Amino acid sequence: MDEKEMTMREALNFALDAALAADERVFLLGEDIADPGASGPTAGLSTKYGHDRVLDTPISEAAILGAAVGAAIDGLRPVAEIMIMDFIGIAADQLINNAAKLRFMTAGRTTAPLTVRTQVYGGLATGATHSQSLEAWFMHIPGMKVIVPSTPRDGKGLLTSAIFDEDPCLFVETIRLQGQKGMVPTDPGFSIPLGQADLKRRGSDVTIISYGRSVLDSLAAAKALEEEGVSAEVVDLRTLVPLDVETMVESVRRTRRAVVAHDAVQFAGPGAEIVATLQSECFSELAAPIERVAARFVPTPAAAALEAQLYPSPARIVAAAQRTLQEARVRG
Amino acid sequence: MTYPADVQRRIYALMVLMKAADDRLSKGIGTGEFMCVYWPSRGQEAVAAAMGVSLRDDDQLVTTYRGLHDLIGKGVPLEEIYGEMMGRVVGASRGKGGTMHIAKPDKGVMLSTGIVGAGAPVGVGLAMAAKRKGLDRVTVVSFGDGATNTGSFHEAANMAALWDLPVVFVCQNNQYAEMTPTTDTMKLERVADRAAGYGMPGVRVDGNDPLAVATALDEALSRARRGEGPSFIECVTFRFRGHYFGDRMPYIPKEQLEAAMAADPVPRFRRLLIDDGVCTDEELSRIDEGALTKVEMALKTVMAADAPSIDELDRDVYATPISYPV
Repeated sequence: MDEKEMTMREALNFALDAALAADERVFLLGEDIADPGASGPTAGLSTKYGHDRVLDTPISEAAILGAAVGAAIDGLRPVAEIMIMDFIGIAADQLINNAAKLRFMTAGRTTAPLTVRTQVYGGLATGATHSQSLEAWFMHIPGMKVIVPSTPRDGKGLLTSAIFDEDPCLFVETIRLQGQKGMVPTDPGFSIPLGQADLKRRGSDVTIISYGRSVLDSLAAAKALEEEGVSAEVVDLRTLVPLDVETMVESVRRTRRAVVAHDAVQFAGPGAEIVATLQSECFSELAAPIERVAARFVPTPAAAALEAQLYPSPARIVAAAQRTLQEARVRG
Repeated sequence: MTYPADVQRRIYALMVLMKAADDRLSKGIGTGEFMCVYWPSRGQEAVAAAMGVSLRDDDQLVTTYRGLHDLIGKGVPLEEIYGEMMGRVVGASRGKGGTMHIAKPDKGVMLSTGIVGAGAPVGVGLAMAAKRKGLDRVTVVSFGDGATNTGSFHEAANMAALWDLPVVFVCQNNQYAEMTPTTDTMKLERVADRAAGYGMPGVRVDGNDPLAVATALDEALSRARRGEGPSFIECVTFRFRGHYFGDRMPYIPKEQLEAAMAADPVPRFRRLLIDDGVCTDEELSRIDEGALTKVEMALKTVMAADAPSIDELDRDVYATPISYPV
């Protein structure tokens, strides 16, 4: 398969472009997504496909997602953008009470196969209302799928799957990953099935389970651990719903130790569900309590000096992995 | 506008069926014969019956939890409505959605919402789809006065007008948003005055006069079909049985309720049909009896139907089931 180096932004643009080209049902709507105002993954698409397929909307998040629900019910494949994830609260009703539940509430008479793209702005000193990783909110809603890619390849493959998936998908992008480069297949139809984790690195002493931006920290941590003689495995979940329980359980059964890392707040975060699943599935194999490395339970501070304290870092993940290897905590 | 006798007769038949369906629920729950939750539409039949005759089968409807009358108007079989209300397999969603969440896409009923104001943006999306597909279909969003106070409604109305979408916003102003009178929830006297703020025509009609509602609707539907954009119709009416069934309505002044019930749209339209020589009393009595029979037959079917099987819990959550270790 031919591949080309792309940034995450380019890979997402490629996925949107390919979907618009392949299927008349696909259209995009959101704030500032059309040219000349667009600067993110939608740049250039309104010029190529017209403003009736790439629609700039008023600042009306509830109506953006509501309109996406209506269009999806009627058989279209809307891809709505909520510019920054913190704004999703305004529109959440449409996802929580309509999109996610229609299939069940109408016993399949209506469904809402829409995709919502949104972006986490954490790490840019934008403060508490422009920084949050809120994916746990939507993991909690039966009927929703939640996707958080970490590489350009996954960004392309997973977004393509999301757009053509029969269920409503929340696709979480990360501003700090948009410029990251990686190889991406040039086949416009390239997709990655939802619900399959990616084993990024093999190891035997501890499994680091992560998704999104903190996968990069996890890989850096694994490298640092290797220098200390610790063999760390890294699992990138890629989708939180469906959650690839099989891959993470298989890994942890081998390594007997796990660290879960994410940028979302630790308390009641995605890691809580992951750890609970692992302890019930792997209890007899675990050699140490599972560690979590995630954001502190505080509103995101604006000052860079404070915000830097918040998120996982390679050093914090290394320290957590070392704790799982401490003799004193190992079961007899 | 004048309507042919057969249209007026159809309006009356829908109104009495809506009334009979609501009355029967009230009687059945009141006597302990069966139990279900519902938000009565008694008193608002004229609006729904007008929609019933003015909308084409392919026109779409987005309604609310207070949707019994709207659903009947749009042709949803009573068995499906009652079945859903009572949690039986014959319900529109095999009992999984309940009173507030009934859909019937082949009759154009695309969404019933339990969240006040949430239907309007979905109506916008349905209308966008019609426009993209080049169809001359119209989406009617039906809601109460209370919904016009939500941000969702405001955003949707603005978008519909901005993009000249084929939407008709039908506000059934029953003068109470749940337990609070409209006078305590908005400064405006006429809800229709809000329309000007979005750049769309807004009219206020007597919501107890089905012909007045139908006239306004037909004009709005034509405008939408011509591609000229959305309209807002305020239909002033009243809710006889409160917000939910069992609501004792301590917040409604006795005189106001009495006056509203004296202006009951169903007998009023019946008298009009006789006075205008459109129908005879005997003809209308046959329609009345027919409605009662239809309701009893639907109820009988529903009461004889099973509750949904436990398997339904795992069905229709995702297109392909996802199961986690439990």
